[in-house]
Amino acid sequence: MKKVKVGIIGTGNIGTDLLVKIQRSEILECGIFAGRSKDSNGIRKAEQMGVKTSSESIKYIQDNPDCCEIVFDATSAKIHLYNAPILKSLKKYAIDLTPSQVGKMCVPAINMAECLNSDNINLITCGGQATIPIAYAIMKVHPEIEYIEIAASISSKSAGPGTRANIDEFTQTTRDAITEFTGVKSAKAIIVLNPAEPPVLMHNTIYAKIENPNIEKLHIEITAMAKKIQKYVPGFKITLGPVAENNRVTTMVEVVGLGDFLPKYSGNLDIITCAAVNMAEEYAKKKIL
Amino acid sequence: MDNKLIFFDSTLRDGSHAVSHKLEAENIKNYCREIDEAGLYTVIVGHGNGLGASSLQVGLSALTDNEMLETAHRELKKTKLGAFLIPGFGTIKENLNPAIDRGVELFCVAVHCTEADVTKQHIEYIRSKGKEAYGILMMYHMATKERLLEEALKMQSYGAQGVILMDSAGASVPKLVSDTVRYFVDHLKVRVGFHAHNNLGLAISNSLIAIESGAAIIDGTVRGFGAGAGNCQLEVLSGLLSKLEIETGLDLYKLMDASDHVVAKMMKTPQEITSMSLISGLAGVFSGFANNVKKAAIRFKVDPRDIFMELGRRKIVAGQEDFIVDVAMYLASKKGSEEESYDIESLL
Repeated sequence: MKKVKVGIIGTGNIGTDLLVKIQRSEILECGIFAGRSKDSNGIRKAEQMGVKTSSESIKYIQDNPDCCEIVFDATSAKIHLYNAPILKSLKKYAIDLTPSQVGKMCVPAINMAECLNSDNINLITCGGQATIPIAYAIMKVHPEIEYIEIAASISSKSAGPGTRANIDEFTQTTRDAITEFTGVKSAKAIIVLNPAEPPVLMHNTIYAKIENPNIEKLHIEITAMAKKIQKYVPGFKITLGPVAENNRVTTMVEVVGLGDFLPKYSGNLDIITCAAVNMAEEYAKKKIL
Repeated sequence: MDNKLIFFDSTLRDGSHAVSHKLEAENIKNYCREIDEAGLYTVIVGHGNGLGASSLQVGLSALTDNEMLETAHRELKKTKLGAFLIPGFGTIKENLNPAIDRGVELFCVAVHCTEADVTKQHIEYIRSKGKEAYGILMMYHMATKERLLEEALKMQSYGAQGVILMDSAGASVPKLVSDTVRYFVDHLKVRVGFHAHNNLGLAISNSLIAIESGAAIIDGTVRGFGAGAGNCQLEVLSGLLSKLEIETGLDLYKLMDASDHVVAKMMKTPQEITSMSLISGLAGVFSGFANNVKKAAIRFKVDPRDIFMELGRRKIVAGQEDFIVDVAMYLASKKGSEEESYDIESLL
């Protein structure tokens, strides 16, 4: 079968993890792996794999528009603001992994169909990918609730310089996305970096204030949602709950990474790259092939 | 650098932990009225984990951040109104800006001691708005002084006007205080501060040692009101320093009045070193966890002291209250299996 070509801009941890996942894909192949540095770990790894690389970032795609049909942007929010209009004019399907908030916010388990019709989709944040579907499932059972809160704890080691420099957008974007997807009146997102050694797995807790929670129904919806997510994020697991105590319903979720380029504890990065590759594959199947 | 000793008052911030974040407007009003002329540099007000932290994860506060800040702002004429912020809890848009609008003049931006780069956005923003910013390294006992200095230098480069070492778990022995503070004073251009906790009965003496080692900011609370075993009791330190003829600018009687007239009434129980506080100090775990640990211990029928020691082993940091249940469950399951293996052994 003919494969669909994708481009990756950004050769850091996320870009390289995407590359490893795409090498395994039966639908996608990497047409260009571009960044700004000539000699990063990512570039070297790509060269070893025999993938075409460039240090000209988006310019390479402008000069060689046939190199790919789908573009992953794993740079930074600021750079994506520059890249987005270029990708649009080149008619590339843009999958943005930065917290730029340019494109349509996307959680594959919730709004894949809509996102396939948009030309630029945004993967929100890793905390968002891990918790929004659960919040969504909770709201389905209890649409009357007014407050949802999530706490995402990620190991210090897997929070790269990009995440750290944008911690405020990371927190705010996650918070805004919960409200947007679930329609809940007020939401809160808490992000904690855990310095423990050996590094801890990505751990998320979703709280909802619910009077008289229907735990049985919540359990059914949350389990169904978890199954949907597991299709594209195999390491996603409910570790506790839903349990109720004083009108507070708690659900805990853990994400074990696939260990592709990043270690297994980096479930936070894995969940967002898995979601991105999943979207690219679906787009390729439905819109190109 | 002006190295005059100044005092940060965290009574209405750290004390929030001691009453499960249920500080009342009346308390805030009366406290600020009594304390305004006591000679403190700033009175920091809010949820124990700072702006935007009122949550199911760490506890809901009785009043909103804005209500607390407005109440304090009306009463403080001479003392700067301060606020505390942990990046990842509060954001610029939803928390910092509203606090500035409500008259906050000084911010403490706090992070776990190895994560200073996440304070960059907030410190720079606060300074760009013409407000004072201080960096706080929480749980400083968990890192070496060299590592701590790297982090402090980052905060200094972002524009922090001081860096405060926070002994969040009250786990410091005197030598750790003197070594770290002296090392900081030798290498930083900005003020060095110390925030003590009393889990090992050393809050006042560690604060004194910090001053003798060159610290220019002492962060404490009136009557020691604070998380776990409480903090460096400001009126006691003030008395001690005057006995040692160290200039403070503090008014001892005014501190005592605030202590007797207001703080005594805010406290649910006297600030003492309970076994829970002692064990959290020994485990090196944030003392604000005590209430949640006790609850989990009852729920899973395990010894709360074991929970603390296990949390310490896993290096759990403030903000990770959700791990308490995890640990309690783990201990409960382990207890089950140990009993089984004991049964088998006793048969052999």
